[in-house]
Amino acid sequence: MLRNSPPGSADIGALERKAKRLRRHMLTMARGQGQGYIGQGLGIADALAALYFHELRYDPHNPAWPDRDRFLLSTGHYSIALWAALAEAGIIPVEELVTYGADNSRLEMSTLDTTPGVEMIGGSLGHGLGQGVGQALGLRVDRYDARVFVELSDGEMQEGSTWEAAMSASHFRLDGLVALIDCNGIQADGPVVLDMEPVADKWRAFGWETFEIDGNDMTAVVGALAGARERNGKPTAIVLRTLPGKGVPRIESSEKSHFFRIDVAQWDGIIAEFEKSAGAAQ
Amino acid sequence: MSGAAVEAGRTLAMGQDEAVGGGRHSVEAPFGRALAKLGQSRPDIVGLTADLGKYTDILPFRDAFPDRFFNVGMAEQNLVAVAAGLARTGKMPFATTYGVFATRRAYDFVAIALAHSNLNVKIVAGLPGLTTGYGGTHQAIEDLALMRMIPGLTIIDPCDATEIEAATEAIAEHRGPVYMRLLRGSVPVVFEPGYRFEIGKARRLREGSDVGIISTGFMTERALDAADALRKQGMSAGVLHVPTIKPFDAEAVAEFAAGVGRIVTAENHVVVGGLASLVVETLFDAGIAKTVKRIGLPDRYIECGAVPTLQAKYGLTTEAVIATIAALG
Repeated sequence: MLRNSPPGSADIGALERKAKRLRRHMLTMARGQGQGYIGQGLGIADALAALYFHELRYDPHNPAWPDRDRFLLSTGHYSIALWAALAEAGIIPVEELVTYGADNSRLEMSTLDTTPGVEMIGGSLGHGLGQGVGQALGLRVDRYDARVFVELSDGEMQEGSTWEAAMSASHFRLDGLVALIDCNGIQADGPVVLDMEPVADKWRAFGWETFEIDGNDMTAVVGALAGARERNGKPTAIVLRTLPGKGVPRIESSEKSHFFRIDVAQWDGIIAEFEKSAGAAQ
Repeated sequence: MSGAAVEAGRTLAMGQDEAVGGGRHSVEAPFGRALAKLGQSRPDIVGLTADLGKYTDILPFRDAFPDRFFNVGMAEQNLVAVAAGLARTGKMPFATTYGVFATRRAYDFVAIALAHSNLNVKIVAGLPGLTTGYGGTHQAIEDLALMRMIPGLTIIDPCDATEIEAATEAIAEHRGPVYMRLLRGSVPVVFEPGYRFEIGKARRLREGSDVGIISTGFMTERALDAADALRKQGMSAGVLHVPTIKPFDAEAVAEFAAGVGRIVTAENHVVVGGLASLVVETLFDAGIAKTVKRIGLPDRYIECGAVPTLQAKYGLTTEAVIATIAALG
């Protein structure tokens, strides 16, 4: 069982190695399908590594443990990253990852909630934050000190329901609620279909304690999560500026990385590129 | 009638008892009282509303359990999302708003956040059908049709105060998402004490063979009064009350329909997609070749006006039911 680590105790190098493992899992999964939301997965890998291997309190042998911190992945199509994290955390078998997106696999390309460790059905964007508000309220009624972390995306801020939820979270003073907003600058129709800047100011205006950081900088991610621990009557928003495809230069520079389809023959090259890039970074 | 019309001209009035000629007593806020009572023995129950607590009768629960009540403001998508989150922490939320908002505004949340995960949330929806004179913005005339399409959602359209109290208890015992239509304010008592409500069960309230009225919601009150009036004219009219729209009691409907000469459906809802459609589907499936006369609202938006005026104009009164049946010849 993992407990919250005290602030400042994070082993940044170890977390970066975890992020690399998550990326490697994801590339293997996308290779199996020849496609997937790999750009988003690679971009969010550092945040998921920080959450699952440092910040979140959970029991991999009992994913339904009532005291657990909740992680809600609102962007269901980021499932590739969640499956990698759940496998690495010991909640689902690593060997199962190769079934990603295949018929009859429980590792869907967009999350349903029937797989252990999944706290909501993601994918219909704008659903996550409100459900996080409800979970945080329910935990508070029962006097649990468990916290609720909700990942959502920059494009998802265009759904009005996101702001309905943001209003209610600060109204209810849900300081055990943390929103991680993945701002990777891409959405289905391309880069920045509708400009949401200034993002951090919007969350502050809605009454949230707000951090804006480089979401691919592990030290910054761990620091913002430490800041979110303060129970000051306000929910916390962490605006993660991430690079889609992070770790694979060929995907980082692609304009099509909302949904990535790559010829089978090219995958070996992509994975070699990742290993080279990751090795150079260490 | 003029007094009732003036009262109902305040368009927030229910318009329940004006059309039946009086004689029935009523109960104030049967839903809220039943929920507040249930809350004592069920600590898992929480109440939610979207700035319509006063108008959906849930304030007795709020007053009894302020720490278990959440008003999310005018935000119906969030109402349902928050309810879903609460359900995932083991709570049983009762979330109230108007039917128009629970359906038209929050549909994706009801379908995906609640029903897809079979979460234990009860949506209680005010102003069903033609119970307000505020026009199409507030009249939930197609809510049963919309909600019928959601897999696993239980749908209840109660007739009176007795049934609302019984149904509130029954849906709390039922594990899974529910959409219940709410008759609010001063709600008439039509059924005798001891009336049994059971989710998914239709009830034969009158036996008769010349004509069989299959009704739901407050139209059952009209159907009963019409049947009693027709009996005095020598016509034997049966009444089958179908308060659960989903799961539908097809067996009881087919059995009832097989034993009557003519079939009439009566609902406080458009005649497409709701009770009438369910009855026709049921009869066809059962191989019962009989015509069905549908009483209900037309497939159009209804104007503003006093509730009794509108109910009379659109045929949702006892007199209209009698006239429709008499015209069958």
